[in-house]
Formats: sequence, structure tokens, C-alpha cells
Amino acid sequence: MTVVRLTEVTRVHGEGAAAVHALKGVSLDVDAGELVAVMGPSGSGKSTLLNLAGGLDRPTSGSVHIDERDLAGVRDLAALRRRSVGYVFQDLNLITSLTAAENVMLPRELDGVRSRVAREEAMAVLTEIDVADLADRFPEELSGGQRQRVAIARALVGERRLLLADEPTGALDTRTGDEILRLLRARCDAGAAVLLVTHESRYAGWADRVVFLRDGMITDSTDASLVST
Amino acid sequence: MSIRHGLLALLSRGPRYGYQLRVEFEASTGATWPLNIGQVYTTLSRMERDGLVEPGESDEQGRVVYTITAAGRAEMTRWFSTPVVQSDRPRDELVIKLAMAVAAKEVDVAEVIRGQRTATMRALQQLTRAKRAVTEGVGQRLVLDSMIFQAEAEQRWLDHCEAVLKEER
Repeated sequence: MTVVRLTEVTRVHGEGAAAVHALKGVSLDVDAGELVAVMGPSGSGKSTLLNLAGGLDRPTSGSVHIDERDLAGVRDLAALRRRSVGYVFQDLNLITSLTAAENVMLPRELDGVRSRVAREEAMAVLTEIDVADLADRFPEELSGGQRQRVAIARALVGERRLLLADEPTGALDTRTGDEILRLLRARCDAGAAVLLVTHESRYAGWADRVVFLRDGMITDSTDASLVST
Repeated sequence: MSIRHGLLALLSRGPRYGYQLRVEFEASTGATWPLNIGQVYTTLSRMERDGLVEPGESDEQGRVVYTITAAGRAEMTRWFSTPVVQSDRPRDELVIKLAMAVAAKEVDVAEVIRGQRTATMRALQQLTRAKRAVTEGVGQRLVLDSMIFQAEAEQRWLDHCEAVLKEER
């Protein structure tokens, strides 16, 4: 089952002579249980691609489907994002005044889930990824790797099966970075779809498929049939 | 890679048969350097000649147990305390191929880089799968890690070549 599908997506920032063509006709599917890595230098369109895939931005042309729904027809993108899409960024995006568990509960509470239920869900996902003992700690009491695990827990809480990760191993040493990829891989094997943006090939190596982005176009893929022409 | 020193390291744990050494050598390195039994016995007989190992009596099946000597231990210690010299590595075909692609003019260097990058990435995916499959054996995992770091260095170098050549054009 395809969780996210981009079809001939373009994204132009600005107009006329100043227009920047960030993406020039990108098609990409990510299935449930699949880990796809996007590699490319800065300015190649990686982050734009991720923002479009997660409904943080809308394409200039082409279409984006999440769970077979065309985002062009979705009025409340924020609600769809909260329910269907989880994000993990390089910069730690945990709220410092909330504990690990409270950070994980937050998106569910915003969705109107009662606090007690949200806490149960948060504990379930924290237990699943082996950090239940850190639930009541504040972000500053956690190591970089632990914080990233909590961020992944928050990205996965509830029913969300699409996880978008933008350089999630950013400042981590290679051993901790490998642990984060091992965790993402395990979530994939449990049925999640993961789209990972990275400039480090050692982490892209964990993916089922690696696509190379250059100047807003997919120039190559380890699965040759998917190269756009 | 010195088979002789690898065998000395294994023998430092206690006397071993030749076939045992072969199995343990491969287990320690994750079968990255497969040895045939002939290589093992040839190496052992040279080491015996050099006084680094001592064969025992052969058993009823004709198998011989080898024991490390004091000179063998000294040689092993010397090996571990001496850093490997970078220039001992053989020439890298990829480096030469790219340099020649630039020199040849008619060759699409960007295409050579693109093809190589995807191939190396596939190799990296395979190495990562192999690493995930290793549940025990830190040595094996570290050998795979070394190959992963090398593949990663190659990718970085290819990206660098691409960027430099783009500017030159």
C-alpha cells in the first residue's frame, strides 16, 4: 500500500526572473513498510520535497497523495498532518519545558484526545522504542540520542504511519546515528512508511531504496525503474 | 593483510589445529577474507621454519596441533604496536578511471560519477544489511563498519569530484 505518492511535482518559489525552481517534476512513492532515502547536496530540493510530502507546503503543479487522498482537496492540512504524518528534524524540536512523555502526548492532546488517554498512548510508544524509563525527564536531562528517540516517539504516536525525517542524525556520533537508523528501520519493518532526507551515505545505506536529487530532479535511484526521465 | 600475523593472534589464545585456525580466522573477520586450507598450512610451515610456531605430535587422524613460541608472541606484539603505512595500499582503479575520464575529453565524466555513485550506494545497502544480520561478534561488525566507512568516503569523494567538475565547466 502506498502511503505517500508524489506525481510530477514542481515547486517554484517567487515569480518571473527571480523565480526559483526548487523541484522540477519529481515523482516518488513510499509504501507501507518501506524506507526511502533522498540524498542530495544542499540546494538540491531535499527539504522542499519533504515539506511537500508532509503537507507543510503545496506544489506549484503536480499532486501529492497521502493514504490515497489528494492533498489539493484537503482544506485543513494541519489536522491531516497531525493525524497522519510524523516529523523528525535535525534540530531538536522537543519543547524544553515539557517532559519526554508530555512532548509525545502533545500532538494527541491537540487532536482533542483526553490527557489520560494521550499519556497511555505516549507510554505505549515510548515503551515500544525502549525509552519508557525516560518518560518523566526533561529534554535537557537527556543525551542527544535519547532526545532523538523521544522525537521519533512523538512522530509515531497515535495512528500515524508516515514518518518524515530531515537529517535526523545531524549532530550525533556515528554509533548513536546508527542506533537512530536501526530504530527507524524497525518502525518500517513494523509497517510505517519512512522518507529520510540525508546527505550522509552511511545512513542512506539503511534504506530499501535511495534516490539522488540534483537541481530539483531525481537523477538516479538504486531501484533503476524509478528514475524520472 | 598479513595472514601470518592473524594466525599468531589466534594461536596466542592457545594451541590450534590448522582447520580450526581457518574457521576462527573467518569468524573473526566476518568472512571478509576467506582463506583456503592450503594457505593456512603453507603459512604455518613458513612460520615453523621462522621459529614462530611449533607443531606437536600428529594424532591418529594425522592432525597436528600448533603452538605459538616466545618468538611468535614477540612478533605478534611487534605487529600490533606498529601502525599500518598508508602507501602500502594498492592503486585504486576508480581514482585512475576518473582521472583518465577527465583526460580523455570525449568521456562524459558526470555519467561515470553518477553510475559509480549508484553502484557504491547499492554496495553500501548490502553492507548495512549484512551488519544488521550480525547479532553477535563485535569483530565482524567492526570489519563491516570499516567497509561502510570506506564506501562512504568514496561517495563523498565522488560528490566532491562532481562539484569541482561542475565549477570547472
